[in-house]
Amino acid sequence: MYEVTRRDFFRVLGTAFAASSLASLSGTAPGFAAETDLSYRIKDAKESTSICCFCSVGCGGIASVVDGKMVAFEGDPDHPVNRGGMCSKGVSQFNMLNVYDPETGELTPNPNRLQKPMYRAAGGTKWEEVEWDWAIEKIAAKVKETRDATFETKTADGVTVNRTKAIAQLGGAGLDNEECAALSKLARAMGILYLEHQARI
Amino acid sequence: MTNHWNDMANSDVIVCCGANNAENHPASMRHINIARERGAKFIVIDPRYTRTASVADAYYPMRVGTDITLFGGLINYLLQNDLYNKDYVLNWSNASYLISDTFSFEDGMFSGWTEADGKKSYDKTQWSYQVESETEWDTSAGAPYAWAKGAGVPEFTPPKVKVIKKDPTLEDPRCVFQLLKKHFGRYTSEAVEQVVGISQADFKEVCELVASTSSDDKSLVWLYAMGITQHTYGSQNIRGLSILQTLLGNMGVAGGGVAALRGESNVQGSTDFGLLFDTLPGYLASPTEAIHPTLRAYNETETIHSGYWSNKPKFLVSLLKEYWGDHATVENDFCYDYLPKRDGNYSFLSIFEGMDKGQVKGMFCWGMNPAVGGANVNFERSAMAKLDWLVCIDLFETDTAAFWENPLVEGEKAQPENINTEVFMLPAKAHLEKQGTVSNSGRWLQWRYKATEGPGEARDDGEIMTLLIHALQEEYKKDPGPFADPILNLTWDYLDEHGEFDVRLAARAINGYSTADKSLLLNLSKLQADGSTACICWILSGYYNNNDAFDDPTAQPCGARDDSDQTVAGLQGGLRQYPQWAWSWPMNRRIIYNRASTFKDTGKPRNSDRVLVSWNGSNWDRNDVPDFGFQTAVMDPTTGQQAVDAEGKPINVGNAPEKCPGFFMTGELVARLYAPGMNDGPFPEHYEPMESPVDNVLSGTQNNPAALVFAESSKFGSRDKYPILCTTWRVVEHWQTGAMTRNAPWLAEIMPHMFVEISEELAGEHGINNGDKVEVFNDRGKIEVYALVTKRVKPLTIDGKTVHQIGMPWHWGRKGMATGAPANVLTYNAGDANTFIPESKAFLVDIRKVG
Repeated sequence: MYEVTRRDFFRVLGTAFAASSLASLSGTAPGFAAETDLSYRIKDAKESTSICCFCSVGCGGIASVVDGKMVAFEGDPDHPVNRGGMCSKGVSQFNMLNVYDPETGELTPNPNRLQKPMYRAAGGTKWEEVEWDWAIEKIAAKVKETRDATFETKTADGVTVNRTKAIAQLGGAGLDNEECAALSKLARAMGILYLEHQARI
Repeated sequence: MTNHWNDMANSDVIVCCGANNAENHPASMRHINIARERGAKFIVIDPRYTRTASVADAYYPMRVGTDITLFGGLINYLLQNDLYNKDYVLNWSNASYLISDTFSFEDGMFSGWTEADGKKSYDKTQWSYQVESETEWDTSAGAPYAWAKGAGVPEFTPPKVKVIKKDPTLEDPRCVFQLLKKHFGRYTSEAVEQVVGISQADFKEVCELVASTSSDDKSLVWLYAMGITQHTYGSQNIRGLSILQTLLGNMGVAGGGVAALRGESNVQGSTDFGLLFDTLPGYLASPTEAIHPTLRAYNETETIHSGYWSNKPKFLVSLLKEYWGDHATVENDFCYDYLPKRDGNYSFLSIFEGMDKGQVKGMFCWGMNPAVGGANVNFERSAMAKLDWLVCIDLFETDTAAFWENPLVEGEKAQPENINTEVFMLPAKAHLEKQGTVSNSGRWLQWRYKATEGPGEARDDGEIMTLLIHALQEEYKKDPGPFADPILNLTWDYLDEHGEFDVRLAARAINGYSTADKSLLLNLSKLQADGSTACICWILSGYYNNNDAFDDPTAQPCGARDDSDQTVAGLQGGLRQYPQWAWSWPMNRRIIYNRASTFKDTGKPRNSDRVLVSWNGSNWDRNDVPDFGFQTAVMDPTTGQQAVDAEGKPINVGNAPEKCPGFFMTGELVARLYAPGMNDGPFPEHYEPMESPVDNVLSGTQNNPAALVFAESSKFGSRDKYPILCTTWRVVEHWQTGAMTRNAPWLAEIMPHMFVEISEELAGEHGINNGDKVEVFNDRGKIEVYALVTKRVKPLTIDGKTVHQIGMPWHWGRKGMATGAPANVLTYNAGDANTFIPESKAFLVDIRKVG
């Protein structure tokens, strides 16, 4: 026997409410009938829980994925902070991955997402697509060159300081904790003093 | 936050001042409305009639940047009318502490101001407590501080425990209570009206509502965000709130606290991990060459004599042990020398000053967009053009990554061919394309799971860091340069069998583990200063501690998803603490300082309807994890291990109330009404923003003397030339610099254009109609935006003069689907005296209609 879980209950309730209010607003019963022919978008989806990437309330969300593609993102009804609710930004986390093509209405990846490393040369007027290996090697060489040229091991008074004032690092509030831990460690290993992120502004 | 989002439902009064929570933290309203269904009152004090004001019980307009006067007026009202919580203040604050005779205050200046060697600052030693006696730590075998002299612990002289002179009658003129009363006696309701612009009748309403929560059975929570932090005295704004909440007895109680509504999904986490120039992970000071040249000096100056911070050497040694593993030994001070030592201020504003002067040559931006979000962005972008190289890691092309393509100065011509910065833009995965934890404002660490793969060649940030450290290690193996050891010896054991960054292995490093067998530590109480434990961030120890299911985040504390509202032990539950949903730092404690919810002597709850912890005669009943050492392990003398009962459970004995201090994260073990560690005075004092339409009427000192000010780059404008007070705010449809939301078609469509909100009165004076294009400008730059003429902002009468306030969102830039001018063209390079946050919330401008 199929058991209606709590989440299913909310889902069904929400859909019924949306459909009935649409019907009552438009007064077009045929429209309602047509809607019912469509299968649920998330019927065969694999669900996973997440936490919103925007403000710091930490609302829970559920991503629904079909064939490797996210087809829906909604509030998590079990989450004690938001109990299924989501603001306009929260639901638009969906757009960070996918958008609906304005011409065809088809679900496609967000065309503005970066997909390749890009490089802009000194004095250049455009981006060039580059390979990861090339970019990382070049960045590491830049870091070494700058760090080594400016590195201070001791002060005139003999205090060991092991630092560079020529490299700055910004950011972290959009990263996961485990990444923040690694990033903070990496910066200190490089000897970076100019280490800051969003909390300061 | 001292408390958390769900706990707002326990409040009797909710005040929003310096935030706009219905708009910017919408889910908060769910909990506030639950409180209101019970009869709670919700008020908003803000320069603008916000979306939050529109759903509040009352709204009071105020002038931007005058919060200290507002809070000072409330403090004065409580003290003058004897409406503070006397038992709480006497037992849980430093009200009775006596202060040195060298502390004084006159005409806006505290004692100890020195201007020597080009440095202007206060000598804080003049504000110290009067010390009655000093005692040594007991480090004998078996004593609480025996660890400090243990084998393998780096040598240091422990701090002396200072016993402070007190006057429990609170009548000594040198006691904190009397000094507080004197200091805030000047903040009368007349002064509030004159400075803040709230009428005395309105202010009385606010006072009465706030004071109604000083009884033990009532609580108030104060919501704030950048509205009160982005000032040259932002920290003192928060101090004002803390004093107020302490006087009311609202700290450490359900429905109370000060609620910082933080801006980013993981800005709590990134702060916890010390991605800041002045802190290492876990709020340990980052070392300075002057005070902390050696590990010994660090431990001797940083270890606090009492309270939990007395364990600081354990936290630092465990951090160093995680960073440099087997290379870190007691003989080499656990590689302490590897840490960079600072010699000045390296905060956000200083970065761009350093860049402008040619000191900073290269920069990384990990998901951050200073070309829109920083202060004075024309200056910042011009400074960025002096960089040799820039690396941006993001989901989308940001204004920062593409700074060379757009005009450096808003409104001028772009000249990419003249900019010689090499720029690398690396594609990152979004949160739904990887897994890991984020910490919300309420300190809850929550696991989020991977839903899909990322687009194209996008990689997650951990993987990008791994590529970078490996490439750097290769470079330094070839040529060690001046000092390669911190890079070559860095532990990076976060990779799975495929060589990919595995967040669970990073979680192990954060939670802490035994260096002997890499087993996860139970919690922070297991940390040691002898190198036997490794831990990146002591406050998070315990968030990922299940050794039986290491690979399974769902079986770890941070993956907990039991949404029933249960008790911790011995009580009814139902207090909306959700102890088994996610994990809250430290120790899964939901409300910090919760000992203060009880009476000091009896340990009985001050509010029997909202019991957090309660002494039952033999142990503590708990709806929350106690913020004190509430029990002691009973040792088995034969095994030397903790004794167990017949069922094999470890035996503990409850610690009676006299052994359980409150506020044990302070050295004083009480809340501070007087804070001698602040850079700009132990009490908050009203100053004007660096640009202000009026003179300071409370003293002859116009601005915070200790503020961080870069006058040259700030190009401060006069009130004659720029008479309008401007501030910034946000809209629900966009987020921060818009780097993500302006690339979301749904959001770009519903909130497409940058605008400025101006009053009907100001619009009338300038002949501006709703929807007109206007130019907002000062000496730092100009921006062209749409005018939104509204009743939501009103001119105020300040000290007999009409002051126009306007404001605008700051989400727009030139990249993305919805574009517009950045508001931060107009903000300046001056910051708070303690946190150095730029004063982005108050600046002067003028406005004119375009065309």
